[in-house]
Amino acid sequence: MSEKYNEIPMAGNIIEPGNSLKYKTGGWRAERPIHTDETCLWIKNGTCGRCWIYCPDNAVVLTEKNGKYAYAYNYDYCKGCGICANECPTDSIKMEKE
Amino acid sequence: MATDNKPAVSIKDMIKKDRILNSGHRMCAGCAAPVVIKLMGMALRGPTIVCNNTGCLEVATTIYPYTAWNLPWIHVAFENAAAVASGVIEATKVMHKKGRFDYEHIDVVALGGDGASFDIGFGAISGAMERGHDMVYMCYDNGAYQNTGIQRSGATFPGQETTTSWAGSVIPGKLERKKPLAEIIAAHKIPYVATAEPSNYRDFITKFRKALEVEGPAFVHAFSPCPRGWRSATGESIALSKLAVETGLHPLYEVINGEEWIMSSASKNLKELKPVDEYFKTQGQFKHLFKPEWEDFRKRIQEQVNHDWELLKKKCGVD
Amino acid sequence: MSVSKDKIKIEGLTGDAAIAHALRQADLDVLSAYPITPQTIIVEDYQKFAADGEVNAAVIPVESEHSAMSACVGASAVGARVATASASAGLALMWEILYCAASMRMPIVFTVANRALSAPINIHNDHSDGMGMRDSGFIQLYCQSSQEAYDTTLMAFKLAEHHDVLLPVMVGIDGFIVSHNVERVEMLPDDAAKKFVGVRTPVQPLDPKNPITMGPLALTDYYFEFKEQQDRAMQQVIKVYKEVEAEFEKLTGRKYGIFETYKTNDADIIFLAMSSMGGTAKVVADVLREKGEKVGVIRLKMFRPFPTKELAKAIGNAKAVAVFEKAMSFGAATNPLALEVKTALYGTKSRPIIANFVVGLGGRDVPPMTFVEGFEKTKEYLKKGEAPLYETLGVRK
Repeated sequence: MSEKYNEIPMAGNIIEPGNSLKYKTGGWRAERPIHTDETCLWIKNGTCGRCWIYCPDNAVVLTEKNGKYAYAYNYDYCKGCGICANECPTDSIKMEKE
Repeated sequence: MATDNKPAVSIKDMIKKDRILNSGHRMCAGCAAPVVIKLMGMALRGPTIVCNNTGCLEVATTIYPYTAWNLPWIHVAFENAAAVASGVIEATKVMHKKGRFDYEHIDVVALGGDGASFDIGFGAISGAMERGHDMVYMCYDNGAYQNTGIQRSGATFPGQETTTSWAGSVIPGKLERKKPLAEIIAAHKIPYVATAEPSNYRDFITKFRKALEVEGPAFVHAFSPCPRGWRSATGESIALSKLAVETGLHPLYEVINGEEWIMSSASKNLKELKPVDEYFKTQGQFKHLFKPEWEDFRKRIQEQVNHDWELLKKKCGVD
Repeated sequence: MSVSKDKIKIEGLTGDAAIAHALRQADLDVLSAYPITPQTIIVEDYQKFAADGEVNAAVIPVESEHSAMSACVGASAVGARVATASASAGLALMWEILYCAASMRMPIVFTVANRALSAPINIHNDHSDGMGMRDSGFIQLYCQSSQEAYDTTLMAFKLAEHHDVLLPVMVGIDGFIVSHNVERVEMLPDDAAKKFVGVRTPVQPLDPKNPITMGPLALTDYYFEFKEQQDRAMQQVIKVYKEVEAEFEKLTGRKYGIFETYKTNDADIIFLAMSSMGGTAKVVADVLREKGEKVGVIRLKMFRPFPTKELAKAIGNAKAVAVFEKAMSFGAATNPLALEVKTALYGTKSRPIIANFVVGLGGRDVPPMTFVEGFEKTKEYLKKGEAPLYETLGVRK
């Protein structure tokens, strides 16, 4: 925030797309989602994904490697809204106080 | 941007698709609007420019020096995204012909909240639709001017309490009905109008893709729960969106050329509507309606919803 | 290289028609406008050019002036060459987006047939609309004739799109007086005009290959820096205008300057006015000079940026300046033009007396006698050594 007028692009243009990644919103969280692999359909067979689809903050990280499915949260951005827990059809996500 | 030519509707395809809105945006916890935008991203088919009206989404995704957007994106004012988009579209076409813009076709999406779309920017949308610019205008409707602190809009439901439609001792919140915006836009006889919402995400993505694919203007009215303004639980947003469909408060349908009305399966498959009370009970903004003195008013809202539902079924040829 | 005389096309054109021809020759990409008297002919004529395939531009017949300027911003953001036209109430409806266009650094050319603002509704000329937008960040150039309107419109694109500037330009002509009056206009051949204006090279356009965010929220920590940028761009305008005009002069032999001076060198009293009043002022100055009065005229063309230093220099050792202007700033110390002139002269040693005459509101005629009346009053004020802050002339009171 120390840039002078001539050290920033013209007119407020932000020339680096998606640079909001530098702004961490994890600190907003009052509750954190805790995920259990055992009952998760993504882990089981790579289906469902409702938590990923409905996460407003892209904080659910689903990955697939050699037919194996992994699940993680990016707590840098998770605001703790609890949509993932609410939408999980198998109750694999619980919200816990921070 | 990847130019994947199919909309992503399966989770495995979705996670591979480039995201159009990054994390680090400052929409409230539990806001459904970023989900609406994520689903829009799943429908994109190629280079796209976004024109955003002023509103929660615009403000909270582009707080300088950060932007959450990975697409070329422009905001000018509250009420003019449809007009800005008109300029973008026509400029790209002419400049392409003159060899100064690489793409022969570019998808242009204009976005606005319900305040921008139902009220202040209504004229600009109507004008853009009438002129036939090949754009998709999407309204994400969170039922009030949430960005300025929860004031009533043309999209606010009757009975809803806002900071300009207070529930007091003599008035039970907003008295007037919700403006049927999608129907009004459909009356412009544009190629495609759809209502959508995030809980039926496949339906959403499919509709948004259709909206992009038709030649000429298309309009998508997307419902978008707002836990802050509605005084609902942050985790409930998607569930509330679903409930709005099930109670008939936000029925899902498409209108082709302003003439052919198609009820979407999520609405069509409902045996009967759930009572609006079930929806009202979930939110602080409706809790006053359960006082004995507003019993009749609440009933009248239910009657109106039932009436509108029957009319819609008739238009869609649903028994 | 000047253009040979046999290639110059001479036509009788109204100010509006002359502007329409300049827009045709400027090879616009987008024109987006809404009809309003007395500007409408600009858009009508341009639409006719489009209908006859004489231009390669998209014309967007928007549903309001607010959308006209908005569509211009959208088109300009992609890198297009863009123009619009309006006046009076239409300009007032654009007001919000005027600020956006300037702040977002969109080099839009905005031709205006200056007209009174409502109420009462009135279609005739004064400068209330232009003065109302004077702080919006637009460059403002006021023209006296159809020829000047044509020339200035062509120059405006080069000025606006210059990378040291990147600001929108308003080109003003007096509603009806110039907009609807037929005058002799010399037009450049199309290819020479097109070559002079050149092709716009955008700096940071909306482009899928390089996705930028335009028009974000900037708060206490950054907003001010963008205003600093904007102000500094405005400071470049006079320099760039002079360069552009020098090039234009080579081509056509015509130049106007940021203001025009007439017999000011030895003048005791200088009439200062804008647009069509400049012509009347010169005629009156000639008559008064015949009677031995040392009177000169400055006809100001560039109101924004205001040529403060240059004007102070041109006024030189004159004893008094009589400012005639067609706008009122209700409740202000004096009126827009006089405020600027006073500020320009405050730091000078001579500090001439400044009389401010508000004239011609709502198209009220400003005949030579109004200038004579102003002259007599100014002489009186010179004797007294002071002048009132402002007064109205030509109104029944």
